[in-house]
Amino acid sequence: MNNMTKFGLTSAMTALAANSALAQEAVSLDEKVNAAFASSTGWFVSFIFSPFPGTSFPWIVMWLVIAATIFTLYFGFVQFRFFGHAISLVKGDYSDPNDKGEVSHFQALATALSGTVGLGNIAGVAVAVGIGGPGATFWMIMAGLMGMASKFVECTLGVKYRNELADGTVSGGPMYYISKGFAEKGLPGGKILAVLFAIFCILGAFGGGNMFQANQAHAQIAGIVGDYPGWITGIVFAVVVFMVIVGGIKSIANVTEKVVPIMGVMYVGAALIILAVNFDMIGWAFGQIFEGAFTGLGVAGGLVGALIQGFKRAAFSNEAGVGSAAIAHSAVKTNEPITEGFVSLLEPLIDTVVICTMTALVIIISQQLIIDQETGNYVLNEAGTAIATVGGVGGVALTSAAFGASISWFPYILAIAVILFAFSTMISWSYYGLKAWTYLFGEGKASELVFKILFCIFIVIGAAASLGPVIDFSDAAIFAMAVVNIFALYFLMGVVREELASYASRLKSGEIVKHKG
Amino acid sequence: MNAKLIIGLDGEASGSRALSYGKKLSNLIGDCAIVVVYVIEWSPFTFQTAEENAQRHKRREEELKIAQERIIDPAIKQLAADGITATGIVRHGDVADTLNAIALEEGAEQIVVARSSEGGISRRLFGSATSNLVMHASVPVTVVG
Repeated sequence: MNNMTKFGLTSAMTALAANSALAQEAVSLDEKVNAAFASSTGWFVSFIFSPFPGTSFPWIVMWLVIAATIFTLYFGFVQFRFFGHAISLVKGDYSDPNDKGEVSHFQALATALSGTVGLGNIAGVAVAVGIGGPGATFWMIMAGLMGMASKFVECTLGVKYRNELADGTVSGGPMYYISKGFAEKGLPGGKILAVLFAIFCILGAFGGGNMFQANQAHAQIAGIVGDYPGWITGIVFAVVVFMVIVGGIKSIANVTEKVVPIMGVMYVGAALIILAVNFDMIGWAFGQIFEGAFTGLGVAGGLVGALIQGFKRAAFSNEAGVGSAAIAHSAVKTNEPITEGFVSLLEPLIDTVVICTMTALVIIISQQLIIDQETGNYVLNEAGTAIATVGGVGGVALTSAAFGASISWFPYILAIAVILFAFSTMISWSYYGLKAWTYLFGEGKASELVFKILFCIFIVIGAAASLGPVIDFSDAAIFAMAVVNIFALYFLMGVVREELASYASRLKSGEIVKHKG
Repeated sequence: MNAKLIIGLDGEASGSRALSYGKKLSNLIGDCAIVVVYVIEWSPFTFQTAEENAQRHKRREEELKIAQERIIDPAIKQLAADGITATGIVRHGDVADTLNAIALEEGAEQIVVARSSEGGISRRLFGSATSNLVMHASVPVTVVG
């Protein structure tokens, strides 16, 4: 229970961490980094994940879910009403031919997705299902569907209030829409909130967007080649990231940006093949998901455990309400900010409803989770914190074992995918963090360089630190962004509703038409 | 009614051959205007980093300016020196589709392009811009060797 409320991947990654821990005993640098890290971030983590008094339900999870529900209702289920229109926009049906050469809706969506599709879809889902049982999948899908509305609001605002700088480049994101939007509505405190968001965004960039990635990538590599100190992986990653973000070596980023989507397609493709081969079990798997969603099927924490894990991992995976996507989407060229909102609502759908569900189904169907044949309930591990698995593994290792049960060589592909996903997420978050940094300290080469160097240093720290403190801090920093962002969205959602009403009426009257070619 | 020719340039020697042939053709026709076109290869379905996206508008302006100054303007000047009325267009997009679209917009009689300067595996996989144009164009296409 305690583990669940603290939300670490800790217990679930035990297998990968076990070997690592042995080696780290001998490596004093790793130990020092780890100890210093845990003692300096503990209070922050405890605050973000503190439960409602008398319950085990963390208030932050409730905060995200309530927001997504309010936005869904306030915008009249916009994620379903404008779903088809969102697809048309991505296809370019409504793009002005004179804007060719600018950032397209597809490109903005793909860029934002490359920042979210990654470890959350592979490791996070395994954690959710491993601790919360198959029922967590149901709540994950629900959170994904509702989260579409949160993305819609924040990305519309991201484009509407972005800064177009004198040199022709753009900067956008929550810090801009909070300060400008509040000023426009005559509300006080916009600047303070924007600064607060920017601080959390920088911490999120160092945490979930950096250290968590480095940490998991190291666990993957160590799992294949045998254990070795984390700081070595950290330095290799830091050097490559440094070459891209400081050295401007675009070719590395370009290769990653092309390979990552291919990896994503291969991942979904492999999942589909496994599902097709076991098609007779899909009905049973969905049965487990629905039954588990409302009964818990004996997992630790029961129904509430499944619900918390599902909501939590969905939020960490698709980042709806966090505000990061608003930074990525704000670069698109459009005269209608709301069109970017429509496009962005596809993100949680692809990330959570499609990819995360695929992972969950493969894990369930592969029967890596041990079921008590007499009761039909899941068997808990010795500590009683998670469901016992065939190989006693969790996190990435559980996903890997599940895919490996059907396709023996897939774990190798998965390992490469995890490393590449980690790298591309780091590149994306280095940009999000940089935007927050320049918002606070001003644009300029020297200021940017300081952030970029710090970012690279945190990669080494992330890879060297043991799992618990890094993951807890990563989660806490990302969710802290959501606290400020969603608070501001409540004040600004009226602006989006006006945009929506105006756009919908012009679409209906035929004023907004499709362009051909 | 005067005829109009579209000449596709690629900033290389092959484009110059197309221009020379277009000039010759124009003189043969007599009352003929020329539109020189340079297409910057671009697709809305590529993958870019967030930083590239943020700088995209700026880069686009630079690309248009450079193409206009280095490819289109010298070609127009060269044609004007020979007494031929010429205009220029720079656009982003798929080379074959864009040349064809401009030909239709301008009501051109013909498109003149040079034989493909692309080589290697990409041509084998996707075909060259020239062969795509020949296969899909709505107006006659002359390919200069």
